[in-house]
Amino acid sequence: MLRSLLIDADKCTGCVQCELACSFENEGVFNPSKSRIRVFTFHHEGRFVPYTCTQCAEAWCMQACPVDAIALDVNTGAKVVHDSVCVGCKVCTIACPFGTVNYSSVSGKVIKCDLCGGDPACAKACPTAAITYVDADQTGFEKMRAWAGKTDASSAASV
Amino acid sequence: MSWAGKILRVNLTQGTCTVEALNRQWAQEYLGQRGLATKYLSEEIDHRVDPLSPENKMIMTTGPLTGTMASTSGRYSVVTKGPLTNCVACSNSGGFFGAEMDFAGWDMFIFEGKSPKPVYLSVMNDIVELLSAEEIWGTSVWHTDEWLHAKHQDPMVRVAAVGRAAEAGCLYAAIVNDQHRAAGRSGVGTVMASKNLKAVLVRGTKGIDNVKDPAKFMNAVNAGKKVLADNAVTGQGLPTYGTQVLMNVINEIGALPTRNMREVQFEGAQSVSGEAMHEKRASDGKPNLTSNAGCFGCTIACGRISTVDKGHFSVENKPDYWGSSGGLEYEAAWALGPDTGVDDLDALTYTNFLCNEDGFDPITFGGTLAAAIELFNMGALTTEQTDGRELNFGSAETLVWAVEALVKGEGFGKDLGLGSKRLCEKYGHPELSMTVKGQEFPAYDPRGIQGMGLAYATSNRGACHLRGYTVASEVLGIPEKTDPLETEGKAGLVKAFQDATAAVDSSGLCLFSTFAWSLEDIAPQVDGACEGDWTAERMLELGERVWNMERDFNMRAGLTAADDTLPKRLLKEAAKTGPALGCVNDLDKMLPEYYELRGWTSDGVPTESTRQRLGLS
Repeated sequence: MLRSLLIDADKCTGCVQCELACSFENEGVFNPSKSRIRVFTFHHEGRFVPYTCTQCAEAWCMQACPVDAIALDVNTGAKVVHDSVCVGCKVCTIACPFGTVNYSSVSGKVIKCDLCGGDPACAKACPTAAITYVDADQTGFEKMRAWAGKTDASSAASV
Repeated sequence: MSWAGKILRVNLTQGTCTVEALNRQWAQEYLGQRGLATKYLSEEIDHRVDPLSPENKMIMTTGPLTGTMASTSGRYSVVTKGPLTNCVACSNSGGFFGAEMDFAGWDMFIFEGKSPKPVYLSVMNDIVELLSAEEIWGTSVWHTDEWLHAKHQDPMVRVAAVGRAAEAGCLYAAIVNDQHRAAGRSGVGTVMASKNLKAVLVRGTKGIDNVKDPAKFMNAVNAGKKVLADNAVTGQGLPTYGTQVLMNVINEIGALPTRNMREVQFEGAQSVSGEAMHEKRASDGKPNLTSNAGCFGCTIACGRISTVDKGHFSVENKPDYWGSSGGLEYEAAWALGPDTGVDDLDALTYTNFLCNEDGFDPITFGGTLAAAIELFNMGALTTEQTDGRELNFGSAETLVWAVEALVKGEGFGKDLGLGSKRLCEKYGHPELSMTVKGQEFPAYDPRGIQGMGLAYATSNRGACHLRGYTVASEVLGIPEKTDPLETEGKAGLVKAFQDATAAVDSSGLCLFSTFAWSLEDIAPQVDGACEGDWTAERMLELGERVWNMERDFNMRAGLTAADDTLPKRLLKEAAKTGPALGCVNDLDKMLPEYYELRGWTSDGVPTESTRQRLGLS
């Protein structure tokens, strides 16, 4: 079963535990600047939104890479940057419509979410389940359940 | 490790910035933040210095765990000599600024002297500059934050700034970071403005890669996170209701100071409680509370983000206040609400916005206004002094007018900026100031919670709930329940809370974690990160060392045991209602035992053997 990261921004408190877990897992440092997932704060609306790569099936970044440095991990579905091949040309950062591939001036390579090989640190660190790692084919399940609970049929059944 | 190992010393008179290595020996003795910065301050200044003179210094400081993945690790403190209290001041703040200091590679910024012109400090990792703040002098914290973000073209910079209250000399001005988190008490912002320092801007991209034992540290961090999640207070109460979960609880036990502490229960408590913040308003169908928010790294997320009804009289035709911002925490809600008799939640929220926007302590502001209203009621103040306004308990209009007057710094707003001690002295009734060492009480009446009376009287920064929160034991039963109306055993309880708190405040973690964590949960996190062997016992002794050092600072500044007292009202005027009916605070039954347990003389001076035991020079 392929799984994917599911983000429910309503549950996010903006604590950035996910950013710290990501940078620590991937770079050995607590450093939001090196995190593949970022939390955005919309202060005047009181909203916090975690955002990261969705692992597109036909990934723009992967298709744009001129040296085939970005490859599919068949076990997880992640599009993974191979540092030994990446030349830091940044074309993928232009190709990605979501901005989730970014260049690191320290390493001279690009960095993006690789789902931590199938055990994403951000989801484990999140204290409110705003980030979960779920069946890729059922990401709408909890929303369906929530809406189902609001239908007349459901309230009639519970009487 | 885990300390960045570097201090930035900023001489504002000369306009110079120099780099120093952190004193590693002191770090082993005082850990960080509150303890370590107070050590630096105490070694570097004359304790009798005028807090608002260039000779005073101001230190922004992180702890060794600040910026790590330990839950609640977003704290930094501002340590200086405070103008409100003439004592050592140490104000702790959350948000994201502190962690950014660490990511840029700094343990402390030490500010000395006074700049000839308004400046701000810009720190981009190792690149530090003092830049002109003339364009933003005279503007609010919120404007300063926006201006600096625009100027530096980087959404990730973090800003701590002072607002117009500090510039106008309000003696309880705060330093506000991330728009709505504050180093709030004792007037640390007034000190910053007295140095012509408008703001500090930080951006750090280095991160923290030097924890001593990463595997051990992460095990301790994950165990700690689980304890917080499984605890009813930190896992449910605080995220749902914030610290405002306390409003109804404290009112019910008869310890909610009301109308300048004349009463101990407020009939309108429910309307300004954490529960009320969730309720949909009749006027616009929306709740006051928009969301809860975590500070950096915090898995509790007690912070409140709130919105005022656009049609409310306080924000009518003021679109700048129609969005969400930092909402009411318990102490602010109490000071602005029950203590002034106001039960209008949106009026309190708007007033709190202004406290953040222009940087001043809502606790002292509320307490000062409450004293002013009482002075007005008795005729010691008249409309001649109050710009033609009548001051009334229970009037949201009085509250909103007063906070706007303070921000303008004109007329009676100047008087309100004095704090209640100086205000009440000015108008001939010093007994109406509800303060210890010049600082206003927070939201727990010591007639209904006896231990808090001793905690207030002996607090090293004046009346304060964050120096020894025996409410945890006396009301909430953490770590075990004690009778709030009993004085026996409270001396030991207060000492234990004071010492443990000083240790937590020196680590970079948030005190609110201790609703669930003991030092047994915290020490392994410190030990995983910091060089040296860190146990709960060592932490507690370190806390005691810090407490005695602060005591020593104040004694050298000229305070005596006579300052370890409470206003006559709390010692003589009994509670009129509730479980504490007929009770005063029996401080004299607790204080001598406290001195003895501390190893102090009957005059409250640490004895030579106590100093030696704690390694205090």
